Amino acid sequence: MAANPMYQFNVYRIGPEIKLGEIDLSFTNASLFMVLSALTVLIIFKLGSKKNIIIPNKIQLLAELSYSFISKMISDTAGTKAKPYFSFIFSLFMFVLFCNMLGMIPYSFTVTSHIIVTFVLAAFIFIGVTIIGFLKHGLGYLKLFVPSGVPIVLLPLIVVIEIISYLSRPISLSVRLFANMMAGHTMMKVFGGFVVSLGIVGGWLPLSFSVALTGLEILVAFLQAYVFAILTCIYLNDALNLHH
Amino acid sequence: MLVKKTLFSIFLYCTLIKTALSAESGGMPQLDPEFWFSQIFWLIFTFGLLFFILSKFILPNISSNLENRKSQILENIEKAEEQRQESENKIKEFDKIIYESKVQAKNILNEAKKKISEDINNKKKLLEDKINSEIKSVENEINELRKRSPETINQIAISTSSDLLKQLIGADVNQSNISAIVEDLSKKEKGKYYGV
Repeated sequence: MAANPMYQFNVYRIGPEIKLGEIDLSFTNASLFMVLSALTVLIIFKLGSKKNIIIPNKIQLLAELSYSFISKMISDTAGTKAKPYFSFIFSLFMFVLFCNMLGMIPYSFTVTSHIIVTFVLAAFIFIGVTIIGFLKHGLGYLKLFVPSGVPIVLLPLIVVIEIISYLSRPISLSVRLFANMMAGHTMMKVFGGFVVSLGIVGGWLPLSFSVALTGLEILVAFLQAYVFAILTCIYLNDALNLHH
Repeated sequence: MLVKKTLFSIFLYCTLIKTALSAESGGMPQLDPEFWFSQIFWLIFTFGLLFFILSKFILPNISSNLENRKSQILENIEKAEEQRQESENKIKEFDKIIYESKVQAKNILNEAKKKISEDINNKKKLLEDKINSEIKSVENEINELRKRSPETINQIAISTSSDLLKQLIGADVNQSNISAIVEDLSKKEKGKYYGV
């Protein structure tokens, strides 16, 4: 294991090189953990939705609690109109959550600590929300950039700011998740390195830090998945219910 | 296509970064575009599959399970409410029956009392009638006797006085004379001896 704290983010090929024309589509450790996360989600929720029994068992309770948790989150932030997008937001939340959580296992790989992954997700959400907005409101969706109750003198400035803030949405959404995951894992790695270098005499302090950081990182893993999903809901809310 | 365009711009961007970093080994592996397309492809593949299976096969099941449980619980509550209502009705019915039977018992008691008192009254009346009639007949008898008694007494007085006179003077005395005297006397003394 290299001492470089960034080494854990290295992507390497597993198995043969797969090429589609010029593009490299090889199966990597990142792909492995994406598949593992998706499979974990599928297995848990498959088991949790199996039997129709009145008193749910533990795994069914877990599945149903997450279902109602996300359902409530969507209806609270985006209203009833967002119901058709429930499956997407549910999948998104679960995928990000399990990628984050599987990354907390030592020697594993954190899919969401790569900007390209979070950026593709965020860009997809951004484009999708923009399309939904234009489909629902036509050109009226542009009213999103013109807040009501603003003096006409300030309007050109405000509109420019609004457009910039709208366009920066995918960047802020993706960088938030990526930076949180990368920073957390780097910190843990750095403290782990301190434990090794300070040895049995001085290593206890960084070790206790490392333990505390693990707890914090698990919280962050959940929180960032939640933030990612709830921001998606908020963007969706803007597109579905034009408030400005 | 918009996606293709964005992908292309990402590719352009990353090649720029790559040249800027010039394959430095100490940099962030995240900015190394070598596996970016692989990651994008596998992300779309796994997430797409996850979304497809969740939305088509798993989430409808969970939703229907939740709905079924909700409706079942509602049904059970309704049933319980119904049964409670029923038991309340039965209690009411029971109370009513008890009340009715109490009333009936009272009525029967009253009737019996009435009957008994009527009976007693009837018997009393009968008895009284009997007593009255007896008293009346006795009174009649007494009256008759009383009516007849002066005559008898007169006759006795006549016969006695004639017998007495016969023994005193030793000759028959005119009966009519004696009777006239007795009558005269008895008329005179009537109030003295009889309460008439």
